[in-house]
Amino acid sequence: MAAKVNMSPKKNPMPCQQPAVRARNFDEVATGYDEAAALDEALRCLGCKAMPCVSGCPVNVHIPEFIAKIKEGDFEGAYQVISRSSSLPAVCGRVCPQETQCEARCVRGKNGEPVGIGRLERFVADWHNAHSTAAPITEAPNGHRVAVVGSGPSGLTCAGDLAKKGYEVTVFEALHTAGGVLVYGIPEFRLPKSIVQKEVDHLKAMGVKLETNMVIGKTLTVNELFAMGYEAVFIGSGAGLPNFMGIPGESLKGVYSANEFLTRSNLMKAYRTDPVTPVSKGGKVAVVGGGNVAMDAARTALRLGAEKVYIVYRRSMEELPARAEEVEHAMEEGIEFRLLTNPVEILGYFNCDDRRDERNGSVIGIKCQRMELGEPDERGRRRPVAIPGSEFILDVNTVVMAIGTSPNPLIKATTEGLEVNRRGGIIVEEATGATSKAGVYAGGDAVTGAATVISAMGAGKVAAKAIDEYLCSK
Amino acid sequence: MYKITAKKALNPTVVQMDILAPFVAAKAQAGQFIILRVDEEGERIPLTVAGFDRTAGTVRIIFQIVGATTAALGRKNAGDFLQDFVGPLGCATRTDGLKKVCIVGGGVGCAIALPIAQKLHEQGAAVTSVIGFRTKELVILESEFAAASSRLCVMTDDGSYGTKGNVCAPLAELFAAGERFDEVIAIGPLVMMKYVVETCRPTGIPCTVSMNPIMIDGTGMCGGCRLTVGGKTKFACVDGPDFDGYEVDFDEAINRSGMYRPFERHAYEKDCNLFGKEVH
Repeated sequence: MAAKVNMSPKKNPMPCQQPAVRARNFDEVATGYDEAAALDEALRCLGCKAMPCVSGCPVNVHIPEFIAKIKEGDFEGAYQVISRSSSLPAVCGRVCPQETQCEARCVRGKNGEPVGIGRLERFVADWHNAHSTAAPITEAPNGHRVAVVGSGPSGLTCAGDLAKKGYEVTVFEALHTAGGVLVYGIPEFRLPKSIVQKEVDHLKAMGVKLETNMVIGKTLTVNELFAMGYEAVFIGSGAGLPNFMGIPGESLKGVYSANEFLTRSNLMKAYRTDPVTPVSKGGKVAVVGGGNVAMDAARTALRLGAEKVYIVYRRSMEELPARAEEVEHAMEEGIEFRLLTNPVEILGYFNCDDRRDERNGSVIGIKCQRMELGEPDERGRRRPVAIPGSEFILDVNTVVMAIGTSPNPLIKATTEGLEVNRRGGIIVEEATGATSKAGVYAGGDAVTGAATVISAMGAGKVAAKAIDEYLCSK
Repeated sequence: MYKITAKKALNPTVVQMDILAPFVAAKAQAGQFIILRVDEEGERIPLTVAGFDRTAGTVRIIFQIVGATTAALGRKNAGDFLQDFVGPLGCATRTDGLKKVCIVGGGVGCAIALPIAQKLHEQGAAVTSVIGFRTKELVILESEFAAASSRLCVMTDDGSYGTKGNVCAPLAELFAAGERFDEVIAIGPLVMMKYVVETCRPTGIPCTVSMNPIMIDGTGMCGGCRLTVGGKTKFACVDGPDFDGYEVDFDEAINRSGMYRPFERHAYEKDCNLFGKEVH
C-alpha cells in the first residue's frame, strides 16, 4: 500500500496535564494520543526495510508492522502484532526508555525527531484494553508445569510467554498484590495501577495461576517447588535491600529509602487523603540520587504536598542517569535540581530541655558539599571531587535516599547450588537465563541489579524460550 | 483469605488467635514473624509467631490492641477471615547447644518469649523465666511459662501481683548470687530490653534481643526496619529479628519507633470514636 508519508520533523506532541495542575494530583501525567494523532504519527514512519528500530528493542517488537496496521486503522491488528513479542504493551508504552532503544535507531531521528514509537505502542495497547473482549489465544495444554518466582516485569513476561505455549504456569508473589515494581515502585501518575491489573488479568485469562503471600526462600524453597511437581523454576524476585550512604543521621525520623517511600505511597496508598498506612507529607524534601527512582520519589513527594523538593546529585546534568522525559517533567513541575552536590550529614532536632518533645530525633536539614568533576574513572565517567570548605545546609525535614539497591538474600540463602556474583546477583548464562542449578532460570533485577522494566522483560522472554527448549528436550 | 479458627482474650487488651495458614504453619519456628493485613484496605503489620500446630495447619498470634489496625484485628472473631497472612519471615531464634538459659519477657513480649522457652525446655535446657507486667490484670501465660521453666519469677510494676519491680531486679539478684547462664534472651518493650542488656553487660553473658521495628514488606525490600547493630546497618526482616543485645543501638531504635506516633494516635482515636470505645 502506498500510504502518504507525514514529513513533519517533529513528533505529534503528547497531551499532558498542565505542570501546575498535575504537581498536585496523582492522575496520569501524559494523557495519550487520540486516534487522529496516532494516525498522523504513524504516517511519519517510513516503514524502512532494514527496520533498525526492531533491533533496538530488547524484546524485538515488530515495530514497522504494527505501525502499518495503525495506518490502516486496524488498531486491534496492531495490538496483535505487538503482543506476539511483548506481554505488557500498555506498560512498555509508558515506562520504556524509547529514546535510548527503538527510537534512538529510527531513521527519521537523523533529521528531526524519531517516530513516537512508545506513544504509538501506548495508544494501541490502551485502544485494545478499551475495546477488545477477545480471549487471549494459547496453545493446547502440554502438561508441563513451571513455577515463576515474582510477579514483576520479568516474571509476568516469562509466565505469559510460557502460557501461550501451553505450559501450566504458577506465579508466586511475596506481596499481597501482583505486579512487583510496577505496583510498589512506579507511581500512579506514571503508570496507573489499573493498567497493571489489566495486564495481570490478561495473564490469568491465559490460565496463569497467581499465588500471593508466598515468599519463595521462606514459605517454600526452590527445591520444594520441584518436589511439588514443577519441572522448571524462573526466579524474577527483583532488587532487594536499599543502599544508604553511610553518613551520620541516616536513622533519624524522616529519612527513607526510595523503596520505602514509594511503597508506602504506591502499594499501601498512603497518598490518599485519609490513609491507613502513613508517610511524611508536606514540608521540604531532599531526594538523594539521579536515577528514574529518584525522579519518581521527588515527584511523589511534590504530589504528597511538599512545599519544596530538591534532587541532590553529586555529578552534573550530563551524567544524570534518569530518562530525559522524567527530568523534564520534574523540572516543569518545579523540582529544584542541586547538581554537583553531595550530602555529608543529615541533621536532627534535639530539644535538650524536653526529652519527651515529639520532634526529637527528626530531620531538620541536610549538610552538603559542592563537587566538581575531576579525572574520568575506569568507566570513563568523570569522578566528582569535593570542593574544600564548600559545605552548606539545605533546610529539609524529609530525606529520601535513592542510590540503588543490593540483591535480595532470601532465595540464595535457601537454594543450594545457586551461584551468585560478588554483589549477590544470580549468575546466569546470558543467552538463556540458565543459572548454575539445573532447571532454574533467572532474570531481571535479581540478576543485574536495578535496571529497566523492559530489560527485565527481555530477560523473562529469553528464559521462557530456554525453559521451553529445556522441557521439550527432557 | 485466612480463617481465624480460635480466639481468646488473655487480658483486657491482649488477644490470642489461631489462624489457618498451612504453608506458614509447616515452616514456622520460634523467633520468626508473620505479616498480616486485616482487610483489603488494611496496613501490613508484623507479629512474631506465638505458636503453631503443624498438624492442624494453624499459626498462633498474640497481640495487644494499641492502635487502629490491632483494634480492627481484635474485632474479628473465630470463623472470620483475614485478608493476608504471610510468613514465616526472619530467622528462627538460635537455641542449639544452650543448656542453661534465662528468658526475660515484658508485657505482650511474653507471647513471643514463650515458644522459645518451650523449645529450650523440650530440648532439655534448664530455663529460668522472668516475666514482667504493669499490673495484675495484664498478666498473661503464667501457667504456660511455669510448665516450661525450672524457675519462674513474675514481676509487676505496681506490686499488685508476684513481686513488685521490673524484670531487671531479679536478674541482677541472680547475678549477684553468682548465678550464670549460657545466654539471656530478652523480648519486650525496647526500653526493657535496653536495661536487661545493661544488667547483663558486667557479666559478659551473651544477651540476645528480639527487635520489632516498623516494617512494610518484611522480605528485604523496603529498608524501613533498619537498625544500627555493631555500627553497621542491619535489616530486622532478613538479618533478624534476633540480634546481639550488646551491639544494638537502642536509643536510635527507640527514636525511630516513634516516627508515626502522632499519626497512629490520631488513627486509633478515630477508630475508637467510630466504635464508641475508650482510648487505652
